[in-house]
Amino acid sequence: MTTAPQLMFIGAILFALGVAGFLTRRNLIIMFLCTEIMFQGILLNLVGMGLMRGNLQGQAVGLFVLVVAAVEAGLGLAIVVMLYRRRGTLDAEKWSLMRG
Amino acid sequence: MPSQTYAIWILLAPLLAAVLIGAVGLRGLRDKSHWLAIGGVAAALVLALMLFGQIRAVPEEARADIFTRSHKIYEWFRPGFGGLASLKWFDFEFRIDPLTGVMLVTVLSVSLMVVIYSSGYMRDHHGHPERGYERFFAFLALFIFSMCLLVLAGNFVLLYVGWELVGLCSYLLIGFYYPKPSAAAAAKKAFIVTRIGDFGFAMGIFLIFWRCGDVSFAYVFSQAGLAKLVGWETPVALLLFCGAVGKSAQLPLHTWLPDAMEGPSPVSALIHAATMVTAGVYMVARCGAIFTESPTAMATVASVGAITAFFAATIAITQFDMKRALAYSTISQLGYMFLGLGVHAADAAVFHLFTHAFFKSLLFLAAGSVMHAMGGCIDIRRFGGLAKGMKVTAFVFWVGGLALAGFPFLSGFWSKDEILHAALGVSLPLAIVGYVTALLTAFYTFRLIFIAFHGPLKLPQGVEHAHESVPAMTIPMLLLSIGAAGAGYIGLQHGGKLNELLRTVLVGRLEEHAPGMAHVMSPEAAMAMSGVLSAIGILSAWYIYRRKPMIAMAAAFAMRGPYELIKNKYYIDELYDAVIVRPLHDLGKFCYGFDRYFINALLWIITAIPRAAGFMLRSLQQGAIQGYAMGMVIGLLVIVVAVLSAT
Repeated sequence: MTTAPQLMFIGAILFALGVAGFLTRRNLIIMFLCTEIMFQGILLNLVGMGLMRGNLQGQAVGLFVLVVAAVEAGLGLAIVVMLYRRRGTLDAEKWSLMRG
Repeated sequence: MPSQTYAIWILLAPLLAAVLIGAVGLRGLRDKSHWLAIGGVAAALVLALMLFGQIRAVPEEARADIFTRSHKIYEWFRPGFGGLASLKWFDFEFRIDPLTGVMLVTVLSVSLMVVIYSSGYMRDHHGHPERGYERFFAFLALFIFSMCLLVLAGNFVLLYVGWELVGLCSYLLIGFYYPKPSAAAAAKKAFIVTRIGDFGFAMGIFLIFWRCGDVSFAYVFSQAGLAKLVGWETPVALLLFCGAVGKSAQLPLHTWLPDAMEGPSPVSALIHAATMVTAGVYMVARCGAIFTESPTAMATVASVGAITAFFAATIAITQFDMKRALAYSTISQLGYMFLGLGVHAADAAVFHLFTHAFFKSLLFLAAGSVMHAMGGCIDIRRFGGLAKGMKVTAFVFWVGGLALAGFPFLSGFWSKDEILHAALGVSLPLAIVGYVTALLTAFYTFRLIFIAFHGPLKLPQGVEHAHESVPAMTIPMLLLSIGAAGAGYIGLQHGGKLNELLRTVLVGRLEEHAPGMAHVMSPEAAMAMSGVLSAIGILSAWYIYRRKPMIAMAAAFAMRGPYELIKNKYYIDELYDAVIVRPLHDLGKFCYGFDRYFINALLWIITAIPRAAGFMLRSLQQGAIQGYAMGMVIGLLVIVVAVLSAT
């Protein structure tokens, strides 16, 4: 039986992995996947918090977030495809137009 | 038709022509632009003649009333600030009297001839118009409009508007060949030098307004107006005279007029005869009521006139540029006019203005015709004997020259003689200067004629033969030569109509103001004397330049010092250059340096602050996604740490 702290610990690890990947990778798809990983980390946190409170509300919100994440994934992938068609590359560096 | 209706249309005709040519000249009219200008000026001339007829028809007893009336067209503007609302309105008003009439007829008849002449002059030998043909006619029409406004003006402010418009148009026309640096410089010089005089003129107007509270001629020249000026006549008159000195190119502000020869010849004719330099004479004549109140001012006007007349005549003798010699002659003749004004003979001065307009415009047009035939060359050392090829030009130059020399029974003779006779009655030294100048005038005029038109044929390089100009140029010259020969007869002192008419509005004739001053010489004797002097001048020119050309060279060599002095125009241009132009130039350079190295540096320091801030902050906006993400993560960490440390 997994406990709430365990779930939240795994969630935190997932989130940190996502952040690290997002910051270090330049490939748009990988970066996109990293955001998804961060999402899942947050999701596990929500479920864990629900367990701590002793009701199902956390899992209900988690399901909602999953749906939203799916929709957002479709949208995000479409954008990535469009960007790829414009530049012919998935390198995020190619889209930084400002020379700060 | 009431007289102000005439006046309005006299103004509108050339103005409309100018505006129309300006609007459609480049698109539709091009080489037909002159028709609009000719039409506008001709219409104005016809109206001016009708107006003059109306002025003449005013019965004797009504003159004093009608001629001092101001014809108000509309209320123009009200000077002053909120608290001074009780001040009078300045009206857009006309003054219509014989002086205005004479000036209008003079200006417009000479202008019409010049405009017609220009339609032939502003073309090459194949009849193609020069570059800027339509611009030329638009400016010409505007120039004529400005001069008409100047002479019609019924108050000082409107007079000043016309005055400045004339200055502007002269700038535009002298600088007509603006790609040429000398033309651009001459235009600037004409504008700036006359502005110096205008400053005094403006001060004079302010003074009048301050004393009288009104600038309308009808009030200022009335008994009530003059009473308020008591004690101030001399400064007012001298300040007004400053403006006249600038505009009419008198010493010491004469330097712009010879340089104005850079403009096309018809412009010179217009400036010298009708639309510019006469403005000063007109203004002093118009303000005679103020000038005659101040003996100091009258003496100044007369002396400046006499000295200028002599001084310019000596320079004219040594010039080899035909147009420049004529320009100095104009300065000299204007000096005569001021001499006339200064010796209480304003009617004679205006009469001389009238005759001078005809013969001087004629001479300039003839000089332009010579220049046109010589391929732009005007130096009399490089051509000669042109009379054989250019019969009409030579003939009209003779007529104009005789009139200018004051040869008996031509126009210049009558008017010059009247001025000199009046001068005799006031001051013997001034009259002697005048008579000597008359001799010099005859000499320098015929020096030009004998060198340029007689003797063996000599042509500048690149010109095969001297050919006569086109009819568009010769016909106006012939018409003007009729005026130059005969214009004197309508103003003769004895039985002349013009002077009688002028005297009804011009203040001050010898008899009224200096009753004790007996005539030194009878009018007939004075007349004979000026005739003889003129003949001596012509004959000596003939002898020196036709019979014994060596004399001129020998004389120039024997008197090298004075000759060089006079030939270089008494080094006045150099003097002004050293005393005024250079220091001002240096001051300008200093100000430029100050602006560039001090003010700019200061501004650079002030602007450095936002620039430095921007430099520091711009790395936040680098545009890379990871950078923003990093920012968010750091922000998140900060929040987490803050929350944890709070609990």
